[in-house]
This record gives sequence, structure tokens and C-alpha cells, in this order.
Amino acid sequence: MEQVAIADQHDEHHEPTSFITRYIWSQDHKVIAVQYGLTAIAVGLIALVLSGMMRLQLAYPESFTFINPIAYYQFVTMHGMIMVIYLLTALLLGGFGNYLIPLMIGARDMVFPYLNMLSYWFYLVSVLVLVSSFFAPGGPTGAGWTLYPPQAILPGTAGFDWGILLMLISLAIFIVAFTMGGLNYVTTILQARTQGMTLMRMPLTVWGIFVATILGLLAFPALFVSALMMLLDHVVGTSFFMPALLSQGQLTDHEGGSPILFQHLFWFFGHPEVYIVALPAFGIVSDLISTHARKNIFGYRMMVWAILAIGVLSFIVWAHHMYVSGMHPWFGFFFAVTTLIIAVPTAIKVYNWVLTLWRGNIHLTVPMLFAIGFIFTFINGGLTGLWLGNVVVDVPLSDTYFVVGHFHMVMGLSPVLVIFGAIYHWYPKITGRMFNDTLGKLHFWLTFVGAYSIFLPMHYLGMLGIPRRYFANLTTDFIPESAQDMNIGITAAAIFVGLVQILFLINMVWSLRHGKPAGGNPWGATTLEWQTPQTPPAHGNWGPTLPVVHRWAYDYSVPGTAEDFTPQNVPVSPGHDTEDEEART
Amino acid sequence: MAHDIAVAATGENDHIGIVRDWSADKQVFGVPWGKAMMWIFLLSDTFIFSCFLTAYMTVRMSAVEPWPNASEVFALTLFGHHLPLILIAIMTFVLITSSGTMAMAVNFAYRRDRRKTALMLLFTIILGASFVGMQAFEWTKLIVDEGIRPWGNPLGAAQFGATFFMITGFHGLHVSAGVIYLAVVARKVLRGDYDRNGRYHNVEIAGLYWHFVDLVWVFIFAFYYLW
Repeated sequence: MEQVAIADQHDEHHEPTSFITRYIWSQDHKVIAVQYGLTAIAVGLIALVLSGMMRLQLAYPESFTFINPIAYYQFVTMHGMIMVIYLLTALLLGGFGNYLIPLMIGARDMVFPYLNMLSYWFYLVSVLVLVSSFFAPGGPTGAGWTLYPPQAILPGTAGFDWGILLMLISLAIFIVAFTMGGLNYVTTILQARTQGMTLMRMPLTVWGIFVATILGLLAFPALFVSALMMLLDHVVGTSFFMPALLSQGQLTDHEGGSPILFQHLFWFFGHPEVYIVALPAFGIVSDLISTHARKNIFGYRMMVWAILAIGVLSFIVWAHHMYVSGMHPWFGFFFAVTTLIIAVPTAIKVYNWVLTLWRGNIHLTVPMLFAIGFIFTFINGGLTGLWLGNVVVDVPLSDTYFVVGHFHMVMGLSPVLVIFGAIYHWYPKITGRMFNDTLGKLHFWLTFVGAYSIFLPMHYLGMLGIPRRYFANLTTDFIPESAQDMNIGITAAAIFVGLVQILFLINMVWSLRHGKPAGGNPWGATTLEWQTPQTPPAHGNWGPTLPVVHRWAYDYSVPGTAEDFTPQNVPVSPGHDTEDEEART
Repeated sequence: MAHDIAVAATGENDHIGIVRDWSADKQVFGVPWGKAMMWIFLLSDTFIFSCFLTAYMTVRMSAVEPWPNASEVFALTLFGHHLPLILIAIMTFVLITSSGTMAMAVNFAYRRDRRKTALMLLFTIILGASFVGMQAFEWTKLIVDEGIRPWGNPLGAAQFGATFFMITGFHGLHVSAGVIYLAVVARKVLRGDYDRNGRYHNVEIAGLYWHFVDLVWVFIFAFYYLW
């Protein structure tokens, strides 16, 4: 069979000619990435405001008339769903995936740019459908981000009519969008690498995004199917998830469905989703640490295998979200074991990050601060994950603030810190200008300390037994009054951290015009995206010829070299100026 | 690179060939981009159908009313004979035959035989469309004659109709989409597009999708009609 698939032969001519094709209906992966990123951040800001409202209510119950129980649950639901799906997944894969994959592997674009463009526009439609539920009769759904039936579609839950409908439709559209993008990312990484870029020379960022995308392509089907089945239950009146039950004194028309089936389908998606968010963050943070510590990543091969192992294991742990659902206890045993096994590859990664820092030439740049902040946060969240992975510990802690603290550490704050670090790291490449360093450092410290003052106390509240999801914790016998003081403190920290993000936005916008010109490679990084002929990279990325890769991505501070980094496209000299095993032999 | 693929293809030193292919630069699989992408898409789609079938098995087990006997429900009386599952047997036969004509289309495509490729694609389209037509007949019979609805079923468990309409409907959408897809490809073959740009492998990519849809039907047939 003839070989048409090489990165050089770019037969899809889509060189933009007008403003509209260049910036709006663009097929250029870099523009699509920025579109994804800006949309995700915009919708994320909505979710941030919602969390502020929730915190206000928890600190000062009975003070805000516009936050009633119905609105509170709507805020909880929309905050969770937006943050997990429409911000984190979209920003890490649609945003960073799109921008970095072709640049890091030396391709001119994604393999199917038109499909890539469609992916963004479907994503935008899914966001608009989701946001439109705020204006629908009855408002958005208040079923919690897990959307458990039967309550999600029964009267008594906010938005049981229109809100849940729009939510499910929006999710289905999002999955279509993700599939179109995800197929592109995987195929591009597998089939369109430049000469010399073997799989084991790819930067860990690409590895993380690659495995996360595969997880997405295999896990989102479960969400798609459960969303479709719930739509049918809701609109057509089938009984997939709906048992016979009394709702507000009325016998419903449903009979014989299985609510726990939804939980299984949802978490078969939901747990890999954790790693869909975490693996790109793992990959990115590895590259940030290595670059800013001027040292090769410790144990590159093990880092790759750990990513793959986590990816595989993430599909057989889902029911640890369901210990209290009434499933068979033997399942709990199995899922606890698999859950704890995941700690092994994860710990390998953490040790390797720390060992990369050890005796490195650490530059405390803004991206590095965020990367180190991530390591702390991830260890915190990971350790409480070991607690919650055990059935006997999970049962009393389940549905308390301990769980809220845990997942906000591990899945909220951790990836968000990486995202900030990554934005600061690649901002000079994307815009061609440096951000304001002082503002950036201020942003880090205020966010980091502020976020810890939000989430650490929550663990303590959980140990006291304070239930999550409650609209108001008024006088309850077992809750000491001081808990309410702590709630007020958490709320103050939350509002503070929310406001601090204005610094970030100001920095990003101000530096666009007034930042110092960055030059092509301000960090002295080795990976290909810093070696483009123009900054920001022009359409087609590489000018007339593609770069040729001669070494791995981590030749920092190799003994005997003039500078403390050697880019991947520099040929290996006879004196073995590389740590890449493959290049030395 | 080409050598590695040749080694892998002859089966000589298989494991070394696989390792070389995977760790090589440029590309892991010696196939066009579109073909690699179709394989990955089909893997993802496999998970969708697996979820559907697993969900079906679960609701079937947890249903509180008795599950109707599929061979009785899907029986037809033809020429005075009562034949269980006869329509499904014919539908399955038609769909598997269409896989045969599809395979022939792919073969002719690689021989650059424009007319025969288009003809075989046309046969496949006709067989696929008649499958959808028979499915419409089956649905009509179930809804009008048997009174089975997604939300209710006079013969027993409501989930019988719900899973039936959902799964065969979703599969039927795949077949219908495939018929349209094949029609587009057939038109390009007939116009000679692939003679000009040399992309006859697009017929094979369409073929991958079509065979997948057939394969899924075999599982639906086994799990829904025969169980």
C-alpha cells in the first residue's frame, strides 16, 4: 500500500486569507487552541462565581434571600459540572492539547484540521446549551454534578424539567466535540511525528495528553450512553433507571428500572475522567519542573510507564465512588484493592518529580512556583485518597466535607495550579511577550495560600462529621459552634482567592500589549515548540522544512556542553553530549 | 521504516517488528491517517455499544415483570407457516451479504477498477438500505400489531421495548449513516476522484466502518434475539 502519511505532505491547503478564516473559522491548531482556552476560562469564571455564592450561603445561612435551597443546589450542580467537564477537560485537552501536540512532535498541524475546527464549534454549542439552562423555565438542574436518577428527573429537584434536559443534551454535544478533537490528537501523535521523534523521545506533556485522550475516547461513551438513557427516561418515559416509586404522594409511571446502573455507567466514565484531567497535568508539570530546574526529568521511562499504568488502572476502580450505594460488599473489596494499587505508579511520579528537583539548578520562576505548589497539593490530595479508597474509612467519611476537601485538593486545585503554571510557561510562545513577573508571583502566593485556607479546614470539618451538600448547617447537636466560625473563615478565603484571579486576568491582558518581547526561547527549553522560526509560530509552524529530532527532550545541563540546555533538534556530536540512551548507542 | 513494515508483514521476527514499528519515528502504523483514525473511532464506538449491551443485560436482570420470549415476539406467519425469528434471520443474512459485497468493493478499489468498485458499493448500499427498510417494517409490526412501546409492553417488562427501540434504533442510525457515507464514496469513485488523487484507500476506510456495523449487529442479534 502506498504511504501517504508523513508529516511533510500537508495536502489540506488551508492557509488563511482573511480575518474570518484566520481567527474565527480557523483550521490552525494554534488558533483553535486559543479559542478553546478562552471559552473554557470564560465558562470557568461563571463556575467560580457560583462557588462564591455557595460559600456565602454556608458562612451566613439565612442572610441571603436570593440564595434559597433550590438555587443553592443549582449552584452546586453547575459549579461541579462546569469545572470538571467544560473547564478542565476542555482547557487541558482542547486548549493545551491542540496547541502543544503539533508543535512538540514537529508536525505542521493536526492531521485533520477541518475536523479539529468542528470540534471547537461543537464545544462552543455545548457550552451555550449548558449556559442557556440558566434562562430556562425552572432554571438549571439541581441534581448534583453526578445527576443521579431517580431524583434528577423527578419533581422536587430543581430544573427537573428543562434544566436536566439541557444538561444532558449539552453533555452529548460535548462528547461529540471531544471525540472529533480526541481522534485528531491520538492520530496526530501516532502518525505525524517528525523525523527522529520516536515515542520514547516525546516530551512527557505529549505522553500525558496522549494517554488522557485515549481514556476520554473510551470513557466518554459510558457518559454518552447514560445521558441518552436518562434522556429517554425523561422525555419518552422509559424506565431504564427509574424504579416504581412514590413521588410527592403520586405513583410515577416508571417501573423496574435500576438506579444503580446509572451510577455504574456514570462512574465508569467518572473515574477515568479524574485521570483525563490529571494525566495532562502530570505531563505538563514534569516538563515545567525539568525546564526550570535545568535538569533532566528523573526516570523518564518510568514516568511514561507510570502514565500508561495509571491509564489502564483507572478503568477498574470506578466503584470506589459507590461504596455506600448498596452494591455487593465483595465489589468493595476488589475496588479498594485496585484503587490502592494506583498509588504505586502515582507515587513513582511524585518521587521522580522530587528527585528531579533534588540538586537541580532551581529557578523560582512563576511557572516553577506553580509546579512546586502542585507537588505539595497533589501529595495532600493523594494521601487523603488512600484514606477514602478503603471501604471502612470511606463509609463514615463519605458525604462529609472531608470528601469535598479531598477532591478539591486532588482534582480541583492540583490541575488548576498546573494550568496556571502552563499558561505562564507558554504565554511567551503563544503571544510573543513576557508576562509581568511580579504580578505573576503575587498571583501564585495569594492563590496558593488562599486555596489552602479553603480546602485544608474542610478536612477537619469532615472529621467532625459535617455533611456535604447541606444547604445550611444550623444548630445540630454533634456539630460544635466553632465549626461555623471556620465556615466563615473558609468563605472569606474563597472570596479572596476568587478576587485574586483578577490579578491573573489583568496580567494576561496587560502583557499582551506591554509585556517585554519574549524572543523565541525565553526559558532556555529543549522541546521543539521553542525552536520555531517565528514566535508566535506562523501558520504551518516550521517554515519550509520540518525540524529533525536527534535526542530526547531532557538534555539539560549535560556535562561538557556550552549552554545548560541542548534543543531536541541539535545533532549529537561524537563526544556524546546527550543523556539520551537511544542517541548514544 | 519500509523494511520494518515488510519484516512485520511477513511474520518473520514478529515481536521485533512490532517493537520497531511502535518505537519508530514518524508513525506507529504504516497506514494512511484516515485509516488510523477510523480504527480509533471504531474502538471508541465499540465502547458505546458495549455500554448499551451491558445496560440492556442489567435492566433485563433487574426487571420486575417477565421478559417476553423473543422468538415468539419476532415470529412471522409466512405462507401459512409460523416461523420464529424469520425476519431477523433474513435481515442478518442481508447485512452479512452486504459485508461480502463491501469486501469485493475494497478489492476492486485496490485494483483501481473504477466501475466494478462503484457497482459493488451500489450493491452494498442497496443491501444496507433494505436492511433499514426491513427494520422499519419490524418496528411498525411491533408498535402497531403488538402494541409495544418504549414505555410499556402488554407482553411483560417495559424494558423489553425500551432496550429494543434504543439499541436497534442506535444501530439503525449507524446503518443509515453508513449508507449515506457509502453513497458519498461511491459518487467519488464514479467521478474518478480517486483515480486523480490516488486515494482509493478511502473505500477501505468506509469498508472498515461498514464491517464494524455488521459485526455489532451480530452481537445485538445474539444478545437480544437469541437470549
